[in-house]
Amino acid sequence: MTLPENMTRRALLVKLGIVFNACVAALLAIPILRYLLSSAVAGRKSSYRNWLSLGSIEQFPEGQTRFATFTNPDVQPWDGKTAQSACWVRRIDAERLQVFAINCAHLGCPVRWFPQSGLFLCPCHGGAYYEDGSRASGPPERGLFEYPYKIENGTLLIQAGELPTPGSPAASLTAAGKEFPCG
Amino acid sequence: MRLISQLAQWFDARLQLASAIRDTAEHPVPRQTASWFYVFGSGALVIFMMQVVTGILLAFVYVPSAGEAWNSLQTLNHSVTLGWYIRALHGWGSNFMVAVVLIHMVQVFLFGAYKFPRELTWIVGVFLLLMTLGMAFSGQVLRFDQDAFWGIGIGASISSRVPVLGPWMVHLLLGGPIIAGATLSRFFALHVFAIPVLLLGLVGLHLLMVLKLGINEWPMPGRIVRKASYEHEYHELLKKDGVPFVPSAVWKDIFFAGFLLLLLALVAAYYGPFGPSGRPDPTIIQTAPRPDYFFLWLYALLSLLPPQMETPALLIGPVVAIAFLLLLPFLAGEGEKSWRRRPVAVLGIALVGVILGTFTSLAGHAPWSPVMDAWSGDPVPKQFLKNQTALERQGALVFQLKQCHNCHSLGEIGGKRGPALDSVAVVQTRDQLIRQVIQGGGNMPAYGKNLSPAETTALVAFLETLHPPGQSPAHDASRALANQPADTSPASPR
Repeated sequence: MTLPENMTRRALLVKLGIVFNACVAALLAIPILRYLLSSAVAGRKSSYRNWLSLGSIEQFPEGQTRFATFTNPDVQPWDGKTAQSACWVRRIDAERLQVFAINCAHLGCPVRWFPQSGLFLCPCHGGAYYEDGSRASGPPERGLFEYPYKIENGTLLIQAGELPTPGSPAASLTAAGKEFPCG
Repeated sequence: MRLISQLAQWFDARLQLASAIRDTAEHPVPRQTASWFYVFGSGALVIFMMQVVTGILLAFVYVPSAGEAWNSLQTLNHSVTLGWYIRALHGWGSNFMVAVVLIHMVQVFLFGAYKFPRELTWIVGVFLLLMTLGMAFSGQVLRFDQDAFWGIGIGASISSRVPVLGPWMVHLLLGGPIIAGATLSRFFALHVFAIPVLLLGLVGLHLLMVLKLGINEWPMPGRIVRKASYEHEYHELLKKDGVPFVPSAVWKDIFFAGFLLLLLALVAAYYGPFGPSGRPDPTIIQTAPRPDYFFLWLYALLSLLPPQMETPALLIGPVVAIAFLLLLPFLAGEGEKSWRRRPVAVLGIALVGVILGTFTSLAGHAPWSPVMDAWSGDPVPKQFLKNQTALERQGALVFQLKQCHNCHSLGEIGGKRGPALDSVAVVQTRDQLIRQVIQGGGNMPAYGKNLSPAETTALVAFLETLHPPGQSPAHDASRALANQPADTSPASPR
């Protein structure tokens, strides 16, 4: 009768060994998961609130919509061209502007401004927006995303640290895109 | 000869694999499964091995850095000896892989091979399909050109729509707040390490189960699968009518593998590598991003779904589809295997095929996208300008300058976003045309703010001339009546 007892002892040791390993694994999982998920759970960096320069306000004549580029707040040396982003600046009058993200509010393709027809058109799925960024037609459910802006010492500054997507906090920051009143 | 056999004996005395390999090779399979219908699984395996080899070869040169990836592809295409061909083999190999996996899946489904006791083989197969698609998408990202750059943006925009977790998922997908170096690095890790390791493991499991459970017998109408008796019946069949896998069945797999690889080699040589298209520069927006072939149907679907249906369809559709595939062997684990007795299965496959085929072919010419340069590139065809008044010609100019041509075609030239206007005057009266132009509606933007009254008058005058010869334009009869006292000749048909 010693043999089964002996086996029970060994079996218990095996179980204890497994529990021991599970504990170590759980312990190790913490740094591994934190590393893996860091880009998502690190929270909104303060750099998202940085004011990024679009250059002199003089480049944006009143009554016109112009293309502008800026450098993202968080860049790495290996980002290459992707360190840059683009946007559309609509200067309504001396004080009032609208700065639209380049990304279509549907699925993020780059919209193009056509002054002749006064529309932003998306090349992907056919979204269209009026000059004030509100939805004109096509699949988008809302108007273009707008970046907060300010003018300081004759320089136009915007806050644009994040790719605007239909569900991102950056998108809810802005109030662009009331439906066009008629239609 | 003797030396070789001695060497073999020396190795086998240490490895002890020969008998296992011999047993595996000579395991009996039902005679009728030595069929050309049963070659697609091994075909997928062969293409997968080819992808591993060409992928490793590409990694010798490719630089997984957002700043350099595109340049390294140019080097592969133009400077490295036959670099273009290895890229072509890998790119076309991915198309072949998706296609062969899908054909294999359809064959397995129609032959009832997912039924008892092969449920788990099917479920592992579903995960293999998902991983194959994951490899296809991540591979497209590694090409890191304009299409890839905006393609990830589309992926991010879709995942952002997930309730609550959406923004979090976007950052996880992109490796940060924007598409940049971190994004490419993580897709490289997924494409080159994470998914392939899982794929290899699951392929091994899939094959092991095929060996342990035996290949699905040829389905005969009326031969019903029952859990209680199936395994006994299968073994009886093997005893009565089994043949060794090698050589009775394998020669077809071997020939099919050779045929597939030869076809891949020829296609890759003839059509060459995929892109890269333009540099992944977010400030170059003169681009019309398109997905690779196997995601074209999705591109069409995203364009054609009504806006309010899109988010539910995107979030619920894949869950339902994957859940259906995973649950299928439990919903229909017994019963008839033969497709001759399963009309719903055959119709289901036909329906899915027609849907995917239709959307893919639509995406080939993308009628929903405005032709961005039609207004400057495509003139109004001459026949629409003959015998016109100055006002009408002015209207044709407005049509061109205000970019109506980007969405509306005349004589088959121009965009297909809106209806062709060749005979618009037949279906809309002058007042309806004015209203449509100014207020838009029916998916057309309103141009009221952007057209002066003179421009609108000219444009509508031009539109009113657009009707087939001999067919009069639409006119409002009540209007004519109301105007009668002042003007005795009602709107004269042109």
